Amino acid sequence: MANLFPNIDWMDLLLATGETLYMTLVALVGTLVLGTVLGLLIYLSAPGNLWENKIVYLITAGFVNIFRAIPFIILIFLILPLTVLLFGTFRGPTAALPALILGSAPFYGRLVEIALREVDHGVIEAAKAMGAKTSTIIFKVLLKESMPALVSGLTVTAIALIGYTAVAGSIGAGGLGDYAYFYGFTRRDMDIVYVCTLLIVFIVFIFQFIGDVITKKIDKR
Amino acid sequence: MIVIDQLSKIFKTNEHELKAVDDLSLSIEKGEIFGVIGYSGAGKSTFIRLINRLEEPTSGTVEIEGQNITGLARHDLRVKRQEIGMIFQHFNLLWSRTVEENIAFPLEIAGTSKANIKVRVQELIDLVGLTGKEKNYPSQLSGGQKQRVGIARALANKPKVLLCDEATSALDPETTDSILALLVDINEKLGLTIILITHEMHVIQKICHNVAVMEAGRIVEQGNVLEVFTHPKKPVTKKFVEQVMGKPNDELTDDLLIEHISDGHVLKLTFVKETANQAIISEVAKHYDVDINIIQGNIKQTQEGAYGSLYLQMTGDLSAVEQAMQFIRSTSVDVEVIAHG
Ligand SMILES: Nc1ncnc2c1ncn2[C@@H]1O[C@H](COP(=O)(O)OP(=O)(O)O)[C@@H](O)[C@H]1O
Ligand SMILES: [Mg+2]
Repeated sequence: MANLFPNIDWMDLLLATGETLYMTLVALVGTLVLGTVLGLLIYLSAPGNLWENKIVYLITAGFVNIFRAIPFIILIFLILPLTVLLFGTFRGPTAALPALILGSAPFYGRLVEIALREVDHGVIEAAKAMGAKTSTIIFKVLLKESMPALVSGLTVTAIALIGYTAVAGSIGAGGLGDYAYFYGFTRRDMDIVYVCTLLIVFIVFIFQFIGDVITKKIDKR
Repeated sequence: MIVIDQLSKIFKTNEHELKAVDDLSLSIEKGEIFGVIGYSGAGKSTFIRLINRLEEPTSGTVEIEGQNITGLARHDLRVKRQEIGMIFQHFNLLWSRTVEENIAFPLEIAGTSKANIKVRVQELIDLVGLTGKEKNYPSQLSGGQKQRVGIARALANKPKVLLCDEATSALDPETTDSILALLVDINEKLGLTIILITHEMHVIQKICHNVAVMEAGRIVEQGNVLEVFTHPKKPVTKKFVEQVMGKPNDELTDDLLIEHISDGHVLKLTFVKETANQAIISEVAKHYDVDINIIQGNIKQTQEGAYGSLYLQMTGDLSAVEQAMQFIRSTSVDVEVIAHG
């Protein structure tokens, strides 16, 4: 092992992997919440839907479109002042969270909206005919019926997020991207870059696997 | 009783207005099966959706058992909807829920306790004949079974009215018959008022008591099913009657055929509201010294009995034929001698 990867400090690598997982998972939770809210708002306020409202629709859809258009690396620089205001620094995994969430929530929000649009209109109609409240329709019909699409959307988002954490690593967020860039690439210790790559690919596969299993299990169509 | 008064629905699209339901007035008796028939685009779905306000009326009122539905505030409307069941052409089940969970859904909405839901769901599953399918998902059911779930779900909160929007139009003929039989069964067992819309006249013929014919948002003809079948007035109604009875022209050519029969009497038996028709022919054959040969017939069963006509060739002694005819006349069936050889 030591011969194959002469420059690797295994404790550092373990720490970096932990940081990557920490950033991915915490940002994923934030993305899930913010993205679901955004997706629901766009869907519900769209013309012909339950909360039809032009202003809300334009604001939420505009927000999503603008933030999806900004490349992630630029988004990091853009919200740097906010990050510093919140955490006193822009370094470290926690300080990377606002950028990660803001970068992936609009993406997930759009996936949520698409998933909700796929819900059969007749089923919503049937729930209305039974006298269901809007909240019942949201939680027991819309979100339940679109669950497989929501989960597979979240899987895709999680994998994009892992990529984002590596980008954030290049400005010192920590994690495997950071480790590969500062300890590997800048010192030309390519063995570090290879190991980090392998680990990231492995993490991505695990997320994909978990997502696929859950999607398959809940899809009763 | 359901009273619909001057109900209109106008859809405004970009430039023009479309009167989907046009000044429609109607009253439907408690406990009857009321059919609305019309071609696609006639406004049937819009009409039935106005009854539970899935579509808001442009003007007019809907009253169910003295309560004005059109005047209800949002919250009261939601509660009222729990008393109005609805089933759909494409069933509209939640695919993420099992049969029993689908049927439990309206009960959850009504705030029924868990224990009561369990009891009621089992009752309903037995009522619609889905025992053993409780844990299945809709994707594991046939079309007919899905509609049974739809019916059970619609009945969960013990509604007074059941609205059926083309409930059998996505089903094959055999399954259609079994679903229609189920609807008649619950209509009789529960005294439920059923309003059903369809573009298929045989559905009306088989289960409805009264029918309204709809064209371009208006009701152009209505009345007792037998009356409409035997005396259709409007061209559109005549066309629908032909769907099940065949064209009157078909009979004309047969009339010519009948005239060429040289032996015995050719009789035309006319059935209206006949409830014991099967027995008549065999009774005649048994008790009178005549031979009977059925030439052609077209008899349909409706809720009020059979109607239609039957052509017979009867041979035998003249007095025996006379007696046989007298016997037939003593029932509610009409006899007419078309020809005798
Ligand atoms: N939401 C809507 N917006 C605009 N036009 C509609 C809408 N719903 C129905 N229509 C129109 O109203 C007419 C009647 O439709 P519908 O009630 O569905 O007829 P049917 O059920 O008899 O086929 C049709 O011309 C249809 O295009
Ligand atoms: Mg229709």
